[in-house]
Amino acid sequence: MGLNRKDLLTIAALSADEIHLILTTAESLKEVGGRDIKKVPALRGKTVVNLFFEPSTRTRTSFELAAKRLSADVINFSPSTSSIVKGETLIDTARNIESMQADIIVLRHSSPGAADNLAGAVRSSVINAGDGWHEHPTQALLDLFTLKEKKGYIEGLTVVIVGDIAHSRVARSNILALTKLGAHVRVVAPPTMLPLLIEKLGVTVYYRFEEALIGADAIIMLRLQRERLGQALLPSIREYANLYCLTPERLQLAKPEAIVMHPGPMNRGVEISPSVADSAAAVILDQVSNGVSVRMALMYLLSGSA
Amino acid sequence: MNRALTRISHEILERNKGLSALALVGIRSGGEFLARRIAALINQIEHAEVPIGELDITLYRDDLSLRKDQPEIRKTTIPFNITNMKIVLVDDVLFTGRTIRAALDGLMDLGRPSEVQLAVLVDRGHRQLPIRANYVGKSLPTAKEESVQVFFKELGQVDRVSIIPA
Repeated sequence: MGLNRKDLLTIAALSADEIHLILTTAESLKEVGGRDIKKVPALRGKTVVNLFFEPSTRTRTSFELAAKRLSADVINFSPSTSSIVKGETLIDTARNIESMQADIIVLRHSSPGAADNLAGAVRSSVINAGDGWHEHPTQALLDLFTLKEKKGYIEGLTVVIVGDIAHSRVARSNILALTKLGAHVRVVAPPTMLPLLIEKLGVTVYYRFEEALIGADAIIMLRLQRERLGQALLPSIREYANLYCLTPERLQLAKPEAIVMHPGPMNRGVEISPSVADSAAAVILDQVSNGVSVRMALMYLLSGSA
Repeated sequence: MNRALTRISHEILERNKGLSALALVGIRSGGEFLARRIAALINQIEHAEVPIGELDITLYRDDLSLRKDQPEIRKTTIPFNITNMKIVLVDDVLFTGRTIRAALDGLMDLGRPSEVQLAVLVDRGHRQLPIRANYVGKSLPTAKEESVQVFFKELGQVDRVSIIPA
């Protein structure tokens, strides 16, 4: 049994069965990360190219580590040192990389749909590592994995997503993934940060953080993107922190065993208070280590159909 | 099947002069059931526990990039340090020897056993690699095109071995 697809572009295109397959494969692969020798030969001789047009430490390192643990060769491209600055288009760059026999291209790009566009132009497998405000499927998969690991199941859980839903690819992918697996998703944010008709995605909308937290099993805090402050979404960071910062007092409103997730990088004291970020409820560093297992699973599963 | 496993259990104890530094590692999924049964039989004979592990060899297969249908990865669970242990690998059917080659590679990545032995329920011949079992339940002459399947009561079936014609 494998994933019957060449690329992983969106959560939207995945079925619940495919998501479960990725999660169980990742569970099996997690053991490799605990060994003295953290390497298996499954992708020996394959080449993975990381093509990142946006800054990223966590995601790029995670993909690189995942590929290396499967014994693939990894090449990292960053736009500042490549021919992109000389005016080459994305597709031309990718075709050149493909001609060097790349098996998997991991793409992060600021334009929504960039990965989809690329997947149609090359024979290599393409993994979307974030395209603009559209999707960040591997982040959602690692969040599901962490949730399942900590809670044992996903169906029926109440998950609260807090922050700039409108501009967050992490939120979009998570909403799609969680609802596909039967979780109840609540979104909470100032109205300026919620897209119109968001409830069509099957989520419940809240504006007051305290109300949304009652009975929550898990809370996903999104990063407040400071670069958006000039866009009249918020009066000030301080006001946002007053209303939407996850403090120990607010966390009390959720279920006693509720877990706190954050895709990183965190703004301590803005969306999450340091005492919550460092508490036992926070599984933020588990998310990071699980990210490697989930990306290994994906690369393994995609390599079968290429 | 039970008689063959009882004999193998005695042979393992005889050859290793007891249980000291001995552990069983079943190759998923058939070998896993057999390793547990051998451990239970050894327990009956010696009144002592033998550690058991399970090894998934999918990631070590030599045909991973050739196959169209992708094998599912299952968990490798070896809850003890294998370094300086005598490891008995357990599998249901010994055929080309490629699975055992993969299992040996997988095992060596986890540590350095002092010795590795191989126990199989059925040896059906047609080896493609220089590999030989130390303990064999039954040698079964087969044609290369036939396939051999082992059924387990652990999977809700009746214990038996059958040769399926090509």
